[in-house]
Amino acid sequence: MDLASIDPVLLIAALMVAATPILLAAIGELVVEKAGVLNLGVEGMMITGAICGFAVAVETGNPALGFLGGAAGGAALSLIFGILTQFLLSNQVATGLALTLFGLGISALIGQSYIGVKPPSTTDLDLPILSDLPVIGPILFQHDAMVYVSIGLVIFVWYLLKSTRVGLVLRAVGENHDAAHALGYKVVRIRLAAIAFGGGCAGLGGAYLSLVRVPQWTEGMTAGAGWIALAIVVFASWKAGRVLLGAYLFGGITVLQLNLQAAGMEIPVEYLSMSPYLITILVLVIMSADKSRAALNAPASLGRAFHASS
Amino acid sequence: MIRLEKRPEPSRHWAYATPVLAVIATMIAGGAMFAALGNDPLVAIRTIFWDPLFNEQFAAFSRPQLLVKAGPLILIAIGLSLGFRAGIWNIGAEGQYIVGALSGAGVALAFYPLEAWFVFPLMVLGGALGGWAWAMIPGILRTQFNTNEILVSLLLVYVAEQLMASMALGLMRSPDGGGFPGSRNLGDYPAAYNDELIAGTGMHWGVVAAFIAVIFAYILLNRHIMGFNIRLTGQAPRAARFSGVKPKMLILFCLGVSGALAGLAGLFEVAGPAGQVTIDFNVGYGFTAIIVAFLGRLHPVGILLAGLLMALTYIGGELAQFMLGLPAAAIQAFQGMLLFFLLAGDVLTNYRIRVGRTEVA
Repeated sequence: MDLASIDPVLLIAALMVAATPILLAAIGELVVEKAGVLNLGVEGMMITGAICGFAVAVETGNPALGFLGGAAGGAALSLIFGILTQFLLSNQVATGLALTLFGLGISALIGQSYIGVKPPSTTDLDLPILSDLPVIGPILFQHDAMVYVSIGLVIFVWYLLKSTRVGLVLRAVGENHDAAHALGYKVVRIRLAAIAFGGGCAGLGGAYLSLVRVPQWTEGMTAGAGWIALAIVVFASWKAGRVLLGAYLFGGITVLQLNLQAAGMEIPVEYLSMSPYLITILVLVIMSADKSRAALNAPASLGRAFHASS
Repeated sequence: MIRLEKRPEPSRHWAYATPVLAVIATMIAGGAMFAALGNDPLVAIRTIFWDPLFNEQFAAFSRPQLLVKAGPLILIAIGLSLGFRAGIWNIGAEGQYIVGALSGAGVALAFYPLEAWFVFPLMVLGGALGGWAWAMIPGILRTQFNTNEILVSLLLVYVAEQLMASMALGLMRSPDGGGFPGSRNLGDYPAAYNDELIAGTGMHWGVVAAFIAVIFAYILLNRHIMGFNIRLTGQAPRAARFSGVKPKMLILFCLGVSGALAGLAGLFEVAGPAGQVTIDFNVGYGFTAIIVAFLGRLHPVGILLAGLLMALTYIGGELAQFMLGLPAAAIQAFQGMLLFFLLAGDVLTNYRIRVGRTEVA
């Protein structure tokens, strides 16, 4: 094995790219869960976003439009979940699973004619002096725009939830929907908006996978990224800043195990490929072991259906 | 103004009617989807739901397939339904199915080429234990560390898939396979082969196990205290705790049973229809079984019928692929749609729809 072949600077730069799809999906799901809705369909929305974004980018030749298309696809799918859970009061866990199963099917259906197609390439940032700096350049100033968008979204969500009235109302709906309803807030409408935002973010994350990270379309290409995003929200104890930390940690493990595979480590490839999932489980266990803290941070109305009795 | 009024008790009529309505609605929406793909919707629906059973040309081949495909679906769904009733969400049945197949096939390969009566029973035991052990991981993490069983069981599916790839390429690779991935074919090992019990029917031990599971689940839920506790926990968790139900025991029981049944399904599949451990052994039965469980209203008899219907869409889907060039993914979307309509229809079970102005109380 040749560990010297792993360059730490490139590793950090690569982990940011690897973490971005999960970061986007997780920050969206954070908002959804803060509004008291548990949408387990992240995987389905991501893969739908991946193919919608890919299709739009290929047809128009413009990756930026592709990302918009991915977000629109994810949001559209999430609204099915929204209508079912908010108006028809269906079980959120079951509906989320249905969304994942349906999303995997519909994306494979749309993606039939896109297998083996090359998407238009996204350009990386190239600032005159900054991008050429050693160490800092590749880490901070040489990424594609979506990496910065994802970090910007984290800051936006953090600010929104912490310091704005909209964020306060959103959290009130998530903590106690009956009280929020009594105060005159439109619980269903706020939740629908949160669900659509979450769907859009997941779709964006999916589009990043198919347009930048891989970049091509294959069936089931998200390979559990949506579920890992859900786990990262728990890991982050529903805090925006920690979502960033969690996603980058996960990205780091993914990139490191890929590098170890390439470096010819003694462990078989399959066991290295398992490691991101196993470490996610391990982190989940550590975070949830402390019962009092886990219960304190989770939105109190999470997963409960809201039905105004009067 | 349309509004919903909660029923004091779920309507029994609607509970039975919604699955039927959901199937009809899915046929209509699915027909529209097939039409959008450029197929005649009526022909597509007939190819999926009618031809596999009654078309003279295909029925001889596809009728036995119905039981072959329904067996694992029913077996897994019965296990899942117990947990779902109690609010315990094992959605990693696919992983338990894989591990059950691996451990069962492992037993067979360890005895190869011994011809003895006890090989197959030991494999069955191995399959059930493998699935059970894989389901115990989320179970114990949930009871000991309060970790969400939904996420852990699902993430373990991906671990199981990698484990299977490693087995097919390494430990279990057939020494006579010329270096190709995949284990020995158990079809060539009579003591381990799960053959059709009655030729030409598709009936193998897995299907028998599925029917037995239906009967046992029915007795458990209706006549046994454990079944009562499961139903009580699902409907009123607080009341269950006051009546002395131990939530941890219940979680381990539900996850353990569903894992063991999924493991059995995997074993019967690998020893029979599939024949060997390969990289692409699993075809999503563990996920489709979730739809089966809901479509069957989490009721054993309902699951039996729903499993047969779902198996029909699998076979019909393959037929439509072959005859009409309909993409395989269309069937997956079709199955997902069915679950949506079912969940949407449930609003009628739990709520009454009132049309008119809201009167002032």
